[in-house]
Amino acid sequence: MSNQWLEREKWFDASEVEVRTGINRRDFLKFCTGVAATLGLSGNAGLAIAEAVTNKQRPPVIWLSGQECTGCTESLLRSYHPTVEQLVLELISLEYSETLSAAAGHQVEENRRRAMEQYKGQYVLVVEGSIPTKDGGIYCKVADKTFLHHVEETAAGAAAVIAIGSCASWGGIPSSGPNPTGAVGVPQVVTDRPLVTVPGCPPNPYNFLATVLHLLTFGKLPALDEKLRPKFAYSRLIHENCERRAHFDAGRFALEFGDAGHRQGWCLYKLGCKGPETYANCPQILFGDVGSGSWPVGTGHPCFGCTEQGVGFTKAIHALAHVKNVEPPAHFPRIEEEQGRGVSAGTAAFAGALGGLAVGAGAMAVRDMRKEEATAQKSDKAEG
Amino acid sequence: MSAYKPLGGRLATLPVILGSLVAMVALYYMAQRFMHGLGSVANINQGYPWGIWVVYDVVVGTGFACGGYALALAVYAANRGQYHPLIRPALLASLFGYTLGGFSAFFDMGRWWQAYNIFLPWHMNLNSVMLEVGLCVTAYILVLWVEFSPTLLTQLRQRGLLRWVNRFMFVFIAIGMLLPTMHQSSLGSLLIAAGYKVSPLWQTPLLPALFLLSALAMGFSIVLFEGALSTWSFRRPSESHLLAPLSQVMVALLVAYLLLRGVDLTLRGAWGPAFAGDLKGNMFWLEQLLFAVPLFVLASKQRRSRSSWLFIGGVAMLLAGSLYRFNAFLVGWNPGGNFHYFPSIPEIIVSLGMIAIEVVGYLIIVKKLPVLHSADHAKAAA
Repeated sequence: MSNQWLEREKWFDASEVEVRTGINRRDFLKFCTGVAATLGLSGNAGLAIAEAVTNKQRPPVIWLSGQECTGCTESLLRSYHPTVEQLVLELISLEYSETLSAAAGHQVEENRRRAMEQYKGQYVLVVEGSIPTKDGGIYCKVADKTFLHHVEETAAGAAAVIAIGSCASWGGIPSSGPNPTGAVGVPQVVTDRPLVTVPGCPPNPYNFLATVLHLLTFGKLPALDEKLRPKFAYSRLIHENCERRAHFDAGRFALEFGDAGHRQGWCLYKLGCKGPETYANCPQILFGDVGSGSWPVGTGHPCFGCTEQGVGFTKAIHALAHVKNVEPPAHFPRIEEEQGRGVSAGTAAFAGALGGLAVGAGAMAVRDMRKEEATAQKSDKAEG
Repeated sequence: MSAYKPLGGRLATLPVILGSLVAMVALYYMAQRFMHGLGSVANINQGYPWGIWVVYDVVVGTGFACGGYALALAVYAANRGQYHPLIRPALLASLFGYTLGGFSAFFDMGRWWQAYNIFLPWHMNLNSVMLEVGLCVTAYILVLWVEFSPTLLTQLRQRGLLRWVNRFMFVFIAIGMLLPTMHQSSLGSLLIAAGYKVSPLWQTPLLPALFLLSALAMGFSIVLFEGALSTWSFRRPSESHLLAPLSQVMVALLVAYLLLRGVDLTLRGAWGPAFAGDLKGNMFWLEQLLFAVPLFVLASKQRRSRSSWLFIGGVAMLLAGSLYRFNAFLVGWNPGGNFHYFPSIPEIIVSLGMIAIEVVGYLIIVKKLPVLHSADHAKAAA
């Protein structure tokens, strides 16, 4: 870290944040640096994030909920990272959230309309849940309007749209067959706004937080892949960083829950683990801030591919994954290969023929000897 | 003066012609082996470095060639002069068996051009069983040639040399009894050195004793075999009266061998694999069966007096001794890993050629040199 950074840090004034959030300056800077690390950014960015967070001008956020289970919100609130949910709620100005708003009914609906007008072109729209489109979207209605209408209307004035969770990202569980409501993700509805998707069921809250802080700090979305997922979180297969990967490469697989291999922590590929075709950073950042092993594969359950369209909620849980990098062979090579030549039909026939010849010759000799013995005995008797 | 006479007669008989043909094919493959290496002819590999060229030509072949050793013990150590008429043909067979066995060991060597190092004292590893076998067999081959030399010298009328050789013959006869005792037991010790690679059915600290006993039994049975066969094929008077007492010795050896084998397997608790029903277990029982046949045949006085039974008993004993050695060295051999071995056809032909050379050489030499006892003398002894 450069001296320049230390200089800036020394003069960085966090008193406003301390008052606003109740956390001390030291912990606040540590948090910002941690977020920068999650984003894969340098230490300087941590300070930039701190500066962005202390900015009094908090961006207004409108949080819409559609066909969903609220799991995304829940996991975000229950992330144990000290005071993170506090910080998020304090650092942004949450104008509308069905789960978190104290107000209800016409009052809260009125506030949303006001915010949309007041902050037109500046607010951030977060969408949680899929959007039903069949029959004009009548299967999900809020305040007597379809959810489809709400999303289209709110997105029109948004600076950026964040789709949180697999439902909002690509349709999630409501979109899996037979999909009676014609559920789709935000990318199918909003096509003309800066959009980022944070898939997962639920997504790791830190992937969402990091995305938001990136937006706040740099005023733009982080680098995205072709499915609009932030690259810092979704550019690697789970398989690539899995703690059980060595077992996969060595051909050691659990074949049943509770079998010898499963108990020894072998690879879960043959139990249907979708790690080889699912892009996410679960094995690196884990869940719940409780230390190693705190993610599905770590606890002994195969990954079911919740972040990946076409895998999660679509493929059978115990169906084999399509391995995107290196497919394991059906049979692994033996440690010791076959060596030397065993018996072939030709050599067996040859050896057998020789044996037969020897036995035959011996038998003929014995027969002849017997004959001679008989004649000798006769002549002996004649002589006698 | 001598009771030994050349048999005389036509040389180019059918067995000689056929044998020579086989030997020529074998020599062709041996030339291939020296031009293109072992792998071009033999199936031996890293896991099975001892193929039939060692197991048949050396281990079994020198067992067959123990006739001279067994008879020398009977004639000189046990002082049974009546068997002396049998000693020259037995010696000739031993000479061929050991010389060709030694030659086989040579062409079975991957780097045969290094072979002379065995005889350089500063290169010797005195803890090596293989060195013991190598030196001992080589020395015994030389001793056998010296022991056989009077036959040749008589024919060449080298009186002076003959007298000189005969003066020191007792030394060579003594060494000739010592050396096979050493290396026939050491052939068993080779397998002790192989440790767990040899199945518990065959791996035992008693291997040297079992190899020595079976070598002696094979030595006596090759005498029975040759005696019966030459009586029959050269239309000579029966030697049964000489051979029958020898077969009694064989019975004693067989009883001792089988007792030792049974007690050893019991004390080591190694009977389990015999009942596994696999190749090793079945070959074990076949081996025991073959040992039981000569015991059954030769235990009866009536059967001992008939040369056809002596022939059957002798052949069964030879097969039993061979199978014991094949089992211990190849069937019961598990080098670990996925190694396979079965001799290739050229490999078998080379071994076959060694047998052919022995047979052809024997047939020619007994006709040209005074090897076989004169028929009248044999009859007079009876």
